[in-house]
Amino acid sequence: MKTTKNKTKKEREKMTTKKTQKLIDKKGIRLDGRKLDELRPVKMQVGVLPNADGSAYLEQGRNKILVGVYGPKEAHPRHIARQDRAVIQCRYHMAPFSVDERKSPAPSRRDVELSKVIREALEPAVFLEYYPRTSIQVYIEILQADGGTRCAGITAAALALADAGIPMRDLVVACAAGKADGKIALDLMDTEDKVGDADVPVAFMPNLNAITLLQMDGNLSIDEFETAVNMALEGCKKLYVHQKEALKSKYITVEEAKEE
Amino acid sequence: MTLFYEKKQLVAPGDLLAEGEYVSGDSTYKENEKIYASRLGLVDYEGKRVHVVALKAFYIPGPGDTVIGKVVETTPGGWVIDIKAPHLARLRASDVVERSFKPEITDLPSIFDVGDLIIAKVTDYDRTRDPQLTVREPGLGKIMRGQLVEVTPTKIPRIIGRQGSMVGMIKKETGCQLTIGQNGWILISGRSPEDERLAIMALRKIEQESHTSGLTDRVTEMIRKERKAIENNQK
Repeated sequence: MKTTKNKTKKEREKMTTKKTQKLIDKKGIRLDGRKLDELRPVKMQVGVLPNADGSAYLEQGRNKILVGVYGPKEAHPRHIARQDRAVIQCRYHMAPFSVDERKSPAPSRRDVELSKVIREALEPAVFLEYYPRTSIQVYIEILQADGGTRCAGITAAALALADAGIPMRDLVVACAAGKADGKIALDLMDTEDKVGDADVPVAFMPNLNAITLLQMDGNLSIDEFETAVNMALEGCKKLYVHQKEALKSKYITVEEAKEE
Repeated sequence: MTLFYEKKQLVAPGDLLAEGEYVSGDSTYKENEKIYASRLGLVDYEGKRVHVVALKAFYIPGPGDTVIGKVVETTPGGWVIDIKAPHLARLRASDVVERSFKPEITDLPSIFDVGDLIIAKVTDYDRTRDPQLTVREPGLGKIMRGQLVEVTPTKIPRIIGRQGSMVGMIKKETGCQLTIGQNGWILISGRSPEDERLAIMALRKIEQESHTSGLTDRVTEMIRKERKAIENNQK
């Protein structure tokens, strides 16, 4: 009688405690084989869309993102124009085929929020006051999503803006850190983000040492939050190097072709 | 007083170019005595002036610039012209129509219609007002024939060359007429399509290799070589 009671108690415990997938093994290796402070492999390319004024393509792990930029040009509808500065019109959009189950192509509540957040992350970098009454349009298309698309979107959008020849104070680069299995980890992918405890996306302008976006989703202690932010900033600095390489490589290929 | 890059080195937005008493030029900005790049391009120094020759930029109108534009709208008082600048330009009917202009009598679309390409001159622009154009000068007005080539506006000075040496050479070698709009549109009209094709090839080469030295000679060589090849084919 007693034993059965114990058993049921254990079983009940098993049922009530959150059933978690093991995200990080004993050696500190994650599901996709990365270390805690390791970024996913990235690939960046600039000037991929000849019809847009500026464009960029970015792959970060399984994320695939395409960004096109137009402008500055006359703002439409007229009432959105500001007399003292340019406005950025930003659209973050997930393609219907970007996730496992088809997503409706209509802008969702989340899409609208991320558009606003990304716009505000880019605004401090652009010299908006140089081009009053105009608008700069940024279209971020998520072709394939695997966690951290808002950050990858910002990184790609900054590249596309620079490619369009829009004067900027600095490139904006973004990266997230978060908590999975009780440990702080860099650049969470989809499963880690969903099963894990917290996510802290950070957008950063490395040369000016300024943060343009800082969000937190989940629960973190003050210490954990600080380590997460610092880890994300380190990740940003690594991505920044890739960003500059991508921008310059478009020109360097021309240089090499000439020398041959 | 330090410079961090050599002349003609490639920089990206946010790169620190110089520190100390320097003056910030095109495509750069100054903050706390430090000069940073604001566009992707090549660094250049001229005395205390630090500037970046941008690889890609858009056209900012300046009074006196000759531009090529496209009519996008006719209004009672004139035309709205797209000159590839951040703002649409205005061309007043009273500037075009002789004698006294009456909106109710004059048929404006018969002069310039939507879609027409025109050569014009910028008379006024200060960011708070739309650029104003004029066609009241010889050589300006509607484009009747020729081919249009688009280049990045920052490369226009290179295409013109020192005291017009580069355009002069292209005109001489290909026998084409070239009208260069500061906004990056170039009109080419030659005696034959072959001549025009040669001129376009030359422009594309300049655009690609604008940052290299001795370009004029290389372009001349290329045109002559192509010309010979065409002549051989005809035989």
